[in-house]
Amino acid sequence: MAERSFRKEVEQLRIGAGREFRGEGILAVTKALLQSGVAYVGGYQGAPISHLMDVFADADDLLKELGVHFEASASEAAAAAMCAASVNYPLRGAVAWKSVVGTNVASDALSNVASGGVTGGVLVIVGEDYGEGSSIMQERTHAFAMKSQIWLLDPRPNLPSIVEAVEKGFELSEASNTPVMIELRVRACHLHGRFRAKDNVRPRFTVQDALANPVRDTERIVLPPANFLHEREKIEQRWPAAVRFVREHKLNERFGPEQGDIGIVVQGGLFNTLNRALELMDLSDAFGDAKIPLLVLNVTYPIVPEEVREFCSGKRAVLLVEEGQPEFIEHELNTILRRADIQTRLIGKEVFPRAGEYTAQVLMDGLGRFLSAWTSRPEPPRPPAPDAALAAEVPQRPAGFCTGCPERPLFTALKLAQRDLGEHHVSADIGCHLFSILPPFHIGNTTVGYGLGAAGASAFRRHDGKRPIAIMGDGGFWHNGLTSGIGNAVFNRDDSLTIVVDNGYSAATGGQDLLSSAGDGGARSTRHAIETAVRGIGVGWVRTIDNTYDLRRMRDAVKDALTTDGRGPKVLVARSECMLNKQRRLRPRFDKSAREGRRVVRTRFGVDADTCTGDHACIRLSGCPSLTVRPNPDPLKSDPVAHVDNSCVGCGLCGEVSHTEVLCPSFYKAEIVVNPNWLERLVAGVKQRLLGLLHRA
Amino acid sequence: MPEGPARIAIAILALGGQGGGVLADWLTAVGEAAGYYVQATSVPGVAQRTGSTIYYLELVPEERLRDRQPILALMPAPGDVDLVVALELMEAGRAILRGLVARDRTTLVASTHRIYAISEKSAVANGIADGAKVLAAARAHAKDLIAFDMDELAARNASAVSAAMLGAIAASRALPFSRQRFEDAIRASGVAVDANLAGFAAGYEGRPAAAVATPSLTTEEIVEEGVRRLTDYLDEDYAGLYRSRLQPFTDPAVKREVARALALWMSYEDVMRVAQIKTRASRTAKVLADIGAGHGQIVHLTEYMHPRWEELCDTLPARLGARLARGGLPRRLLAPLFDKGRHVRTTSVSWFLALRILAALRRGRRKTYRFARENAGIEAWLAAVAGAAQCDTAAAIELARCPELIKGYGDTNARGRSKFDAIMQAWQRAGTQRGAELLGRLRRAALEDEDGTALQRELRSSA
Repeated sequence: MAERSFRKEVEQLRIGAGREFRGEGILAVTKALLQSGVAYVGGYQGAPISHLMDVFADADDLLKELGVHFEASASEAAAAAMCAASVNYPLRGAVAWKSVVGTNVASDALSNVASGGVTGGVLVIVGEDYGEGSSIMQERTHAFAMKSQIWLLDPRPNLPSIVEAVEKGFELSEASNTPVMIELRVRACHLHGRFRAKDNVRPRFTVQDALANPVRDTERIVLPPANFLHEREKIEQRWPAAVRFVREHKLNERFGPEQGDIGIVVQGGLFNTLNRALELMDLSDAFGDAKIPLLVLNVTYPIVPEEVREFCSGKRAVLLVEEGQPEFIEHELNTILRRADIQTRLIGKEVFPRAGEYTAQVLMDGLGRFLSAWTSRPEPPRPPAPDAALAAEVPQRPAGFCTGCPERPLFTALKLAQRDLGEHHVSADIGCHLFSILPPFHIGNTTVGYGLGAAGASAFRRHDGKRPIAIMGDGGFWHNGLTSGIGNAVFNRDDSLTIVVDNGYSAATGGQDLLSSAGDGGARSTRHAIETAVRGIGVGWVRTIDNTYDLRRMRDAVKDALTTDGRGPKVLVARSECMLNKQRRLRPRFDKSAREGRRVVRTRFGVDADTCTGDHACIRLSGCPSLTVRPNPDPLKSDPVAHVDNSCVGCGLCGEVSHTEVLCPSFYKAEIVVNPNWLERLVAGVKQRLLGLLHRA
Repeated sequence: MPEGPARIAIAILALGGQGGGVLADWLTAVGEAAGYYVQATSVPGVAQRTGSTIYYLELVPEERLRDRQPILALMPAPGDVDLVVALELMEAGRAILRGLVARDRTTLVASTHRIYAISEKSAVANGIADGAKVLAAARAHAKDLIAFDMDELAARNASAVSAAMLGAIAASRALPFSRQRFEDAIRASGVAVDANLAGFAAGYEGRPAAAVATPSLTTEEIVEEGVRRLTDYLDEDYAGLYRSRLQPFTDPAVKREVARALALWMSYEDVMRVAQIKTRASRTAKVLADIGAGHGQIVHLTEYMHPRWEELCDTLPARLGARLARGGLPRRLLAPLFDKGRHVRTTSVSWFLALRILAALRRGRRKTYRFARENAGIEAWLAAVAGAAQCDTAAAIELARCPELIKGYGDTNARGRSKFDAIMQAWQRAGTQRGAELLGRLRRAALEDEDGTALQRELRSSA
């Protein structure tokens, strides 16, 4: 179950008309779906939309009451394929994933659904992972929307606008038989705000009704001659219908004065940042009463030509605020103006950077350049350069494994194995295990996508030399790695080692359950072993290690796999529960028992400052947040000594490392018995006196 | 128009897992309870796993809205932030670098405790960033600065740093809310309320703990500490040897460095010294304090030790130890016995007794194989330093610092010793012309990495 429980948020989904919803953007979307009579919901977790999946996963009974079918899809492709349900039936469906990586995976199904078109509204909720907080390549979902002619909404980042975009998105989809994408950036997804709720709506037509009386229409299926028909439909019917809907329902908004010598066009999602930049330049106020005419594009695809012509004509220049590249909107607007022979100059990437997030400072700089060129306003002073001496002092903070993470011993073992067998090529994957490429491990040559670690090593045909190593998480394994990586290696007789990191959850995205989760999955079926699937697909050499903290066993298993002479793919499953979720489960129980006087034992590790000589070899092999340094208590020494702080969860890796690598005798394990029984107290008392005597001897 | 600020902007910089989100939720609850419209944003993602992250809030008095929709920013604009909260000292530095702290507007409330970044922790010697520079920058950039160690304060009250920080924010008067409102928010959250209220109160009264600067020792104090340590290490004669070895060094700066390095080298950590340290009464008290064991709780300590065949030979009489260490039948037969690490339960009487006996064996240390090797190294090094002191005191000081490289046990110690020997050989070859500068460069290069590649590069370039 997810990193944190969403029971409280689920209750918010029940509130009815007139009451005030308070929560974050992505959960407002969830409520808006229920208010729009959605019939089915699917998706795959990934920042920044994970919470949508988490809250639906915790809302089984509410969804049953409303007759809404929810699936935690196996992948974004599976989620997009779910939208087939809306092709022939008036079923409203919504799917969500992280973009652009999720959209990449879903693009085949999206193309097919967009080609044939839809009857029931289809809404694709995309978390645009761009800018600060993002962990993926910086690309634009906009390109996908245009490629398959899927409409794209980019609403102003406040809860009422987001909720309205969801409701209007379904209507636009049904008015134009076209799936609609709604793009929410990271901060919009995690934006705490409020909106006036409406009642949830049971879908008029449910998935059961569709099953009861199936409908088929060959013309909706992408096969000649219908595939050619679809393209014409897109241009002759769906496109005009969409433009008409956007214009008639005034989805795009106007702020500031009606007329003006200059104007600004902005994507809806950037409006708040633009308004703040204008406000700081005394050109707007806290309610958006700007002194310059603003056209806010809450629908960034399709562009409505009439709106553009009306807004731009009569103005000498119009600034376009469009984040990311290529600048599709700038190209579209220039084409509209050129065709209409309107002489207004459109200024976009001339004054704004083509790459990077559009922060308030970036917008102020660009605005300053535009206004100094097209009005009498002088260019604002450049912001002071950051203090270089201070910048040299503040360290980078790369991501790393949590305290006691079960994946850390795997990479310590890999580091030790490579000390004996030499450097190997390691194809990494996406997930917490990708942190191995960062200090202190520096393991991993490439990553090419989620679940694609094994496939990423498939080019390396081994004749003699070293076997290529591939790393894959349990999330990536079930998402696609079982077939794209392991099946591919079996079929092509690759001689490689794939290490599947099985921590029991889709951990990096917040600890969602998956097929091989150890716990009872509730509405979903779990406890399907990875080893069984791997053997089923034809791998001979398979080994599961159930305690990744046993460093010696891990290292020897890796060396075994790399040196055994049998050919064909080897799979090593390193299985131990994600410590973050394990602690979330066990900590409350431990504290409760301790409070109630029951005997419990807390294990914690420590470093003996008197024997530690401050070399920090243990840290270079671990990097655990609880294994840190502190000033040396020895007056003659200057280098800081290693130190384990109180966040230690007693996983034992630092002790194992100092043993296996013969680092030093400074590590100790302390087992603290809380509420000891009377026999223990008696024995402890006797030992205390005896050791006291020996101390003095 | 209603009095009070039109808008309050708050940025919280924290590390993933520090409770920055909890703090943002409390502040949201306080604002909303006080009749403010609150918008809060965050950027959770994989970078948050032990990385730095930011939470940003904007509060507008609801009576100003008259049910219009305020257009609030999702991210802080430089110079536009009223309160910057940093849950760790370096994150205060990061806030300044992002231009969030404005001299005319921003109150900066920062905890001065350090959570070291991996680059600082894993350095071979001392890679810790200079906190003083960040504090100085904070004083220079902030309108008001409140900075003290809130983590230590929270720990003392069995609470969380976020609770202590909420107290410090309340006391800072940067927000127009009474102390009562903050405490109500903690109660309303219903999570660890008592602990958080205790942490809050400590943070509210937070008196900056006096920075306890460790005074640096005078040369005499170093020599006294050396004598005390070597007497405990072996006996008075050994301490006497230490004093006599210091005689030839008259220049005060050279004497100071030699006294420090010699005391440490002469008390090298062999198996007997480790056993002695592990069974001292003061050691158990230190451990119990470190792990925070409560009264009435019983603690079992298990040491992770791994004496190898080499350590056995080191403890044997010199000639025998040397022969056995070189190899041959006994090593092949017996070395596997030492292949596994030992779990030594020092709170058990039997293991404690064994270690006490091992410690007592130190009486015979002078005759051991290890002592012979270390003593030869010390003598050669003292001669080199004395030779350099004649003509180039700066070089003598650098030479006196070189034993700093010899650290750790087993392979780590061997690597340190080979770096030390390489520098000493380079010094013999280079003679005295480019003394101090060369030695300083070589020593720093040796500390750059574990396996000595930087030193090899430096040696090749200066050969």
